[in-house]
Amino acid sequence: MSSGFARRTTVVLLAGMVAVIAGCQREERHFTATPVPADARAQADALAPQQAGPAGRGMREVAAAGSYDENSAYALAQGKKYYRWFNCIGCHAQGGGGTGPALMDASWIYGNKPGDVFTSIMDGRPGGMPSYRGRIPEKEAWELAAYVRSLSGLVPADAATNRADSLSGADPEGLRDPQRPEDKPRK
Amino acid sequence: MSPPPFAARCAQQLTRIALALGAGACIAAPADGDWPTAARDAANTRFSPLAEITAANVSGLQLAWSFSTSVGKGHEAAPIVVGDTMFVVLPFPNRVIAFDLATPGAHVKWTFDPKPDPHAQGVACCDVVNRGAAAAGNRLFFTTLDNQVIALDTRSGTELWRARLGDLASGQSMTMAPIVVKDEVIVGNSGSDFGVRGFIAALAADTGHELWRAWSTGPDKDVRIGAGFLPFYAGDRGTDLGVATWPPEAWRIGGGSVDGWVSYDPELDLLFHGTGRPAPRNPTARPGANKWTSSLFARKAQTGDAVWAYQTSPHDRYGYDGSNENVLVSLTLAGRERRVLLHPDSNGLLYVIDRATGEVLTADPYSFVSTSRGVDPDSGALRYATDEVPAAGRVVRDSCPGSAGAKNWQPSAWSPRTQLLYVPYQDLCEDTDFFAASHIPGTPYLGAESKMHARAGASRGGFVAWDPARRRKAWWLPERFPVWSGALATAGDVVFYGTMDGWFKAVDARNGHALWKFRTVSGIVGQPVSYRGGDGHQYVAVMAGVGGWAGLIVANDLDARDGTAGGGFVNAMTDLPAATGRGGMLYVFRLR
Repeated sequence: MSSGFARRTTVVLLAGMVAVIAGCQREERHFTATPVPADARAQADALAPQQAGPAGRGMREVAAAGSYDENSAYALAQGKKYYRWFNCIGCHAQGGGGTGPALMDASWIYGNKPGDVFTSIMDGRPGGMPSYRGRIPEKEAWELAAYVRSLSGLVPADAATNRADSLSGADPEGLRDPQRPEDKPRK
Repeated sequence: MSPPPFAARCAQQLTRIALALGAGACIAAPADGDWPTAARDAANTRFSPLAEITAANVSGLQLAWSFSTSVGKGHEAAPIVVGDTMFVVLPFPNRVIAFDLATPGAHVKWTFDPKPDPHAQGVACCDVVNRGAAAAGNRLFFTTLDNQVIALDTRSGTELWRARLGDLASGQSMTMAPIVVKDEVIVGNSGSDFGVRGFIAALAADTGHELWRAWSTGPDKDVRIGAGFLPFYAGDRGTDLGVATWPPEAWRIGGGSVDGWVSYDPELDLLFHGTGRPAPRNPTARPGANKWTSSLFARKAQTGDAVWAYQTSPHDRYGYDGSNENVLVSLTLAGRERRVLLHPDSNGLLYVIDRATGEVLTADPYSFVSTSRGVDPDSGALRYATDEVPAAGRVVRDSCPGSAGAKNWQPSAWSPRTQLLYVPYQDLCEDTDFFAASHIPGTPYLGAESKMHARAGASRGGFVAWDPARRRKAWWLPERFPVWSGALATAGDVVFYGTMDGWFKAVDARNGHALWKFRTVSGIVGQPVSYRGGDGHQYVAVMAGVGGWAGLIVANDLDARDGTAGGGFVNAMTDLPAATGRGGMLYVFRLR
């Protein structure tokens, strides 16, 4: 019995250490641009199934896609800061929407993949979303895209921001269950 | 038969209507069965002289015909009726439909699609609404969300001209209902929340050529302030106050849009209009009085030159604006006949102002007000209840009314018979959090987020009959939601309004007693009107279709978990989606 208890304790301790080590990655920061991945086109397809824009532009976005890291608490915290600085709040509020659509629910007009969100930010959308190309550097736009996904719980909870500097009243991003289109109740 | 000369027509109308109205609005006094502009007359009374429908028989009011608009956004426009044609302007994409009232069921005569730029939807702060058209002669004038003013031939729907008065990239849009004064079409812009620079402009009715433009901020020549400018209060006198009351250059993006109502007094030859709130919402970013935002103006119609101005909310702290309607009436005050304007401001005070001089005669709260303690009689200044200056990172709580005002765009109606102003209102307070505002053209310029809530023990809005001579409520009707529709008064002493949970109501003009109601497919945020049909009978028309700022939670499918959504209105409207859904429908009623 005592040996069984010790074994279980060891397992729990080991599991805890693994969690701690894995958790350390949430603080990892990339200070230099990540090189273009080997198979950029494949990654572009994976990122944005309905990527818009003239041929070739996608490649540049993929170059920056190395910056996209929704496991990084730092990137998400930066994204949250830009979300306010770049007036996203003015139209989308704290995810509940306004002039623009809600971002905390399961409805996505133009897709919820990181590349979709990035394209919406940089190129705008015909329903009224303005283009931020030339206003936001691409690396910061990827951080913003990650934060936008966190509004509907689509990023790992241990990396999502957990303190709301807002009157919103909604659960903090890290406590939101993932809202996916397939989860939406059928009408 | 040629029409009688103007003077004769004027005299006729004076005897028939204007004396009763006390407004002397002979120049634009429409035929009694018509409803040619959103407010019907130049005095903005929304009073129909038709009296077939009375308190005694209104219970027999029945649906005559209806028409689905196929648009799911807020329907705020007034149906326009001239002779046997009705015109409606729909929310974006701003289609115009003409109905032939001479045919049974009112067949569609023509439709016109202005094909506005879809990006306009991204700079519409408060739903993609339109407040209606204006008809004069054989022309129909309306604005589109993407800053165009368009003239159509009323008979065919053929486009006569279009003029573009601004750039979406600056955040500017247009939603207001034009008025026509002589041969000028008067329009203004929307977009104070996007940091536009507000203006009012006059276009030639026959060509669309811009005759004058008066900006709400900036140097005197831009505001059209010159030698003839004689404001009543000392604080409004000085040189280039539209520059001097701002931090350097801030007036260029300072808001003050002219998105509300314009009225006209032909005897004084003066236009009256308000200006929107200053940008950004965060007041710490704009020390100074921020003239001429949240103000009222009297201007010469021919030139746009300002005659007087009065700032209702100097250095606005709470998101109040001066855009609400100015209803031109005559009142007997202290035994003296005064030509006044009635202005129920968003700050919760109902101003009675001498419209020739700009003197504030009285200013009383018509809804609950915690943010101010009336107007200083000597300086005319609003007495804010606290000197506490909002600071970044600190929440200002329980400001009543909130930034939607005690009343927002929804226009009131005046009955010369009861001498009461019928005011749709909301009773909501607000918590606001301020932070640094980034100015990015074409995006909101706020530096604030808000959350509105009902006052403990109070309903969220209602309908009040205000007696301006006695300075008190004659009666009022609380409603579950803010009353975001316009009001209609009639000579039959029946008053109409609609509710956001989908009831079109008729009440007794004298005492507010409920007389009749009709359940609509969607909540009502439109403007009811009354006209005489081809069969000689009185009709009442209104568009249903919930939306507008108050109805954004339904119109834009906002998420109720975030109280700051929709400019903070969502927090007070979380139960609206359960009460009503989207749907645009025109309803027309007559007696059985």
